[in-house]
Amino acid sequence: MFKGGFIQNLPKIYGLYTGGFLVFILMMAIAEQAGVTAKTIGILFVAFTVAIYALIGYLSRTVQVDAYYLAGRQVPTVFNGMATAADWMSGASFVALAGGVYFGGYSYMAFLVGWTGGYVLVSTLLAPYLRKFGCYTVPDFIGTRYGGNAVRFCAVLVLVLASFTYVTAQINATGTIAARALGIPFEAGVWVGLVSILLCSMLGGMRAVTWTQVAQYIVLIVAYLIPVFWISNKIGGGVFPHLMLGDEVQRITELEGQFGLVKNSAADVKAAGVPGGLKSIAVAHAGVGAGGMAVWKYISLAICMMVGTASLPHILMRYFTTPSVKSARKSVAWSLFFIFLLYSSAPMLATLSKISLIDPNLPTGIIGKSIADVQSIEWVKQWSSQKQVFIADFNGDGILQLNEWFMRTGVVVLATPEVAGLPYVISGLVAAGGMAAAMSTADGLVLAISNALSHDVYYNMIDPKADVRKRLIVARVLLIVVGAAGAYIASMRITSILGAVAWAFDFAMSGLFFPLVLGVWWKRATREGAIAGMLSGLAAGTMYLIWVYPKFMGNPAWLGIDHLRFGLIGAPVCLVVMVVVSLMTKAPDAATQRMVEEVRVPSGKTILGRQH
Amino acid sequence: MSNKEKHWQKTKGHMIMTMCLWAFFSMVIFLFGAEINGMSFLGYPLAYYMTAQGSLLAFVIIIFWFANKQEKIDEEFGFGEKED
Repeated sequence: MFKGGFIQNLPKIYGLYTGGFLVFILMMAIAEQAGVTAKTIGILFVAFTVAIYALIGYLSRTVQVDAYYLAGRQVPTVFNGMATAADWMSGASFVALAGGVYFGGYSYMAFLVGWTGGYVLVSTLLAPYLRKFGCYTVPDFIGTRYGGNAVRFCAVLVLVLASFTYVTAQINATGTIAARALGIPFEAGVWVGLVSILLCSMLGGMRAVTWTQVAQYIVLIVAYLIPVFWISNKIGGGVFPHLMLGDEVQRITELEGQFGLVKNSAADVKAAGVPGGLKSIAVAHAGVGAGGMAVWKYISLAICMMVGTASLPHILMRYFTTPSVKSARKSVAWSLFFIFLLYSSAPMLATLSKISLIDPNLPTGIIGKSIADVQSIEWVKQWSSQKQVFIADFNGDGILQLNEWFMRTGVVVLATPEVAGLPYVISGLVAAGGMAAAMSTADGLVLAISNALSHDVYYNMIDPKADVRKRLIVARVLLIVVGAAGAYIASMRITSILGAVAWAFDFAMSGLFFPLVLGVWWKRATREGAIAGMLSGLAAGTMYLIWVYPKFMGNPAWLGIDHLRFGLIGAPVCLVVMVVVSLMTKAPDAATQRMVEEVRVPSGKTILGRQH
Repeated sequence: MSNKEKHWQKTKGHMIMTMCLWAFFSMVIFLFGAEINGMSFLGYPLAYYMTAQGSLLAFVIIIFWFANKQEKIDEEFGFGEKED
């Protein structure tokens, strides 16, 4: 059945895997009918999928440096697209994106545009050139293009800061999902999550992470799309929700007018005892805020997320693994296609979830019904007991109003299948999908950080004579250390203090975007310029963040640039300083200029050798 | 001008063209969000549709188009890569 090598057989292998996974879902559905409890099904879903990833991780073990860092540069275009999509879509994307759209409406959807539009920058400005360069890590490019350990170290600094901000949130998400599915305390869940993450990456590095990410993408996209299509068909939304929910969106706008969009005062919410993090609908589903500030807030957020996307090392490094420069370019297109499948479904899920809850004509609708009736619904009871939903009868009339119904954002994805009356097997599937999304991103991030530390700091700066065996041991030890540090911080439950995932994008864009882009597109960029640019961009961005973030100094935002958008301060500072300092210093030598010319030509050998 | 320089000129032109399309779908249309939301596409308000799906789809198409055309430019100047 399997002729030829592993790479030639990939479509068959993953085809079989997808078939096997669908059969597993069917078996679970039959088990549910036969009376197996919901809890057991949840455990089986998470345990089975994690065991598969661990098996793939074990089978992909390697003792080769280029396999460990670059998956042997033989990941085919489309598969690299899937792996990147899994790398990209975090636990937060999976669990919280639809909820964000549900509560935030149009202005929140700037994130959707930002997190996809950034790939246009990746494909035009960076990915093909970094692939031609042949680097192992992002600081490897900066270090070789500009020359010297100081500039390399600055790049490592930005990478660690950006990626670590991101990774604790991911380990936190794996912990939450593992704890819920396996019925263990959160602190234990975090460590279970960490062990699962390390099982996928430790033995095979990039190679193992690549093949588990492909497997994780398949699980997460199946887990996201099945409920969206099923619910849409069940409530009469249309066979193909993406094209057919126009009527539902209009109906929601109509109902919002009927019920009235009321923003509860903070004092009322507090007096009613609403648990922290729960929200009620206060923003129009499809309406656009008027005025210049609303437009600027939307566009500025989109810009930060787009430029940040193009500077995040764990994404850029995925394009180092393709067989050629043109496949790196195409691979970006496939990545975005696979991301699009999920991102374009999130607003549809938000629409379906909202209409299920607020339309009084649907059997699932709860708004406008008596609170006593709503509280006796099975799913409301269950999610209330976990403090995920809450009812506060502000006007005391015993009828549930739109502004009296509170939910946590994650509930939109996690509970909508139950609300719409889908069998429990779907909820188990969603848990497995969330776990896959969080694990794949955590894997990519932990690997990006530990590779930069092992390749750039250890091998290039501390011990350039280290042999292959020693380098790979150091790489693995660092992987465990970085993962454990992330898990330790996640288990302290201080992620809310560490701030939003958006910060990672702002840190990356403040310090890395212009040094990377100008490294390819401007021959005159010098080492001194790059160092000054990275440090001043990072410093300016970080200082502004401290100045503006409510939990630090909490000053009023300048021109609407709040803590989610501090990259808009850091990146321009980085650009100006880098250009000015470059022009003040001596132009790069002839060898460096030739190297840049060579990077711009797709054909021929990579700049850095296969083993370096 | 050497072959390499001509190739780079054309590559730069293609990059700028792609960036213009990108800027249009990521920023320009959202400058007019409130204005275009009165229009309707597939039954959705237009600005809602673009941010939920339309621009995302446009980005996918732009990148595929960009990659194909860049490959042609590379081949034109003899810098195409061999299939492997």
